[in-house]
Amino acid sequence: MNDAADAIAALGRRGRLHWAEALPWFAGLAVFFVFPGYLAFGTQVLISILFALSLDLILGYAGIVTLGHAAYFGFGAYAAGMLSAHLGWNEPLSGLVFAGVVAGGFGFVTGLILLRYHGLALIMLTLAQAIMLQEFANVAEGWTGGFDGLMGINISPIFGIFDNDLWGKHYYLYALAVLFLCFIVVRLLTHSPLGASLVGVRENTQRMHAVGSPVYWRLVAVYTVGATLAGIAGGLFAQSNSFVTLDVLSFARSGTVLIMLVLGGTGRLYGAFLGTTVYMIIEDRLAKASPDLWELGVGIGLVLAVMFFRGGLMGLIDRLAARSGARP
Amino acid sequence: MGDVLVATVSIAFDGFAYAMLLFMISVGLSVTMGLMGFVNLAHGAFAMAGGYVLVSLMNSLGVPFLPALVIAAIVVAVFSVPFERVLYRPLYRASELEQVLLSIGLVYIAVGGITYIYGPQPPHIALPSFLEGMIDLGFKSFPAYRVFVIVIGLVTALGLWLGLERTIAGARIRAAVDNRRMAQSVGIKVDRLFMLTFALGSGLAAVGGGLAINILGLNPRFAFIYLVFFLIIVVVGGMGSVRGAFFAAILLGIIDTGGKYLWPEGGAFFIYVVTMAILLVRPQGLFGKPA
Repeated sequence: MNDAADAIAALGRRGRLHWAEALPWFAGLAVFFVFPGYLAFGTQVLISILFALSLDLILGYAGIVTLGHAAYFGFGAYAAGMLSAHLGWNEPLSGLVFAGVVAGGFGFVTGLILLRYHGLALIMLTLAQAIMLQEFANVAEGWTGGFDGLMGINISPIFGIFDNDLWGKHYYLYALAVLFLCFIVVRLLTHSPLGASLVGVRENTQRMHAVGSPVYWRLVAVYTVGATLAGIAGGLFAQSNSFVTLDVLSFARSGTVLIMLVLGGTGRLYGAFLGTTVYMIIEDRLAKASPDLWELGVGIGLVLAVMFFRGGLMGLIDRLAARSGARP
Repeated sequence: MGDVLVATVSIAFDGFAYAMLLFMISVGLSVTMGLMGFVNLAHGAFAMAGGYVLVSLMNSLGVPFLPALVIAAIVVAVFSVPFERVLYRPLYRASELEQVLLSIGLVYIAVGGITYIYGPQPPHIALPSFLEGMIDLGFKSFPAYRVFVIVIGLVTALGLWLGLERTIAGARIRAAVDNRRMAQSVGIKVDRLFMLTFALGSGLAAVGGGLAINILGLNPRFAFIYLVFFLIIVVVGGMGSVRGAFFAAILLGIIDTGGKYLWPEGGAFFIYVVTMAILLVRPQGLFGKPA
């Protein structure tokens, strides 16, 4: 009896908020006031953070290795874009909900099929699925605009007041608010019994089967949530840029989000924040100046991360904190 | 001869030449992945390295085409060994995610490094005169170079098949692919076998990369562009199966070529439809053993 109570208390403590968890949000607000010239770029960083966060849920927590997560980002981007360009529905918030629901529905249906597979077959199926979708979007020019991109997206002001201004002020706050809401959902989810059972599946699938956990349906559930969040990120991308190209579905996008997440640290939630921000800032500085050195650097960084720093930047912070004696 | 027949023969011929390139590059990947189950996305980097070594040998040192092709294969095979020992080996027991990340990292390094050294422009090499022009096979003339590629591909396939089926080393490789632990326990040195297979596979990939210069074109992004194709051949054919890689390469080569002739915008779509259909029905691939 006591043991059970202790265990419940320990689980409760794990879900408790730590003061450091407020840091990213303070940083996000500080950027708004300190770097007003970088808000358009900042919006794209926030969108990528949300995308990486959605991947962290299915890869970091549930351990589903996917090379095709851009499928859901792109699905959401095209859904939000086409809603405005073809149907003339320009209200942004409902457009975002639409993007999330459509991408989530697609994630549920594809998850039902994909999650029956494991290992290399699963990796290849996710990869093939995303590229297939990209090729399909290329062919379906009437809907997607094909290779030229989807034009004619004309989003009305948020709440009828805040338009997409030249400096990206409104959209930066819009993206920050959406990220915050999505983050709350993800944090609650990962600290729920569902989240705990997902970690169980990641660490030892057979044992979870043995204790009677409905492994397959848990995975489908988290995959659907991950796809929904990726779709919302894609919808934000379409709305903020007023333009969608085939690139949203590309293998490069699936790979990049994976690299950003791993750089920050998987299964940590905040790894998505740290990795994405660091990656995109360095990319912004270096990639245009010398793309070959940037790629060389990404490659060396990845190899070093796999060989020596398996926890990514968050793992590094943990180790430094442990060395200085403080318990994070 | 009717137009339809001409088109069919052209697609089959070009598709087959393309398939032989894909086969030579992918077969080593298939066998090494079958041996160690290592998810390796970086195999195309060895093909690319082979292509660039060939370019340097021919354009800077003036080595003729055929000897340069052989030297490039040997150079890449030798250089692949330290890669396998230092980078791949510690990760044989690691998760698929770590293997994917390490090998993607190697692709980035290869792409960035080769762009840095050679620049982003596709290189050119001068073919020997006997490989230029056409060969008349009675009913139709074919480009000599593609005929040459097909012959090399078929000879490679035959050689690998004989090597695997008729030699002791081949029997050991088959045993290790079937059941690595059992093979180890009867005294087969799987570790050393793997190193040799890795070197041979990288050397063959280098030949494929060298031959690809005048068919697919070579540029520093080669390892990225064809990464997915090489993996598709391995998984559709079935890991560890030379026969599987051969037929998967033909399937993919002909579908891709046919798609480009018949429906240029949408041709690539079919490759992924077929890949997904095959994997959904047979996750282990056409010739792979069930997991």
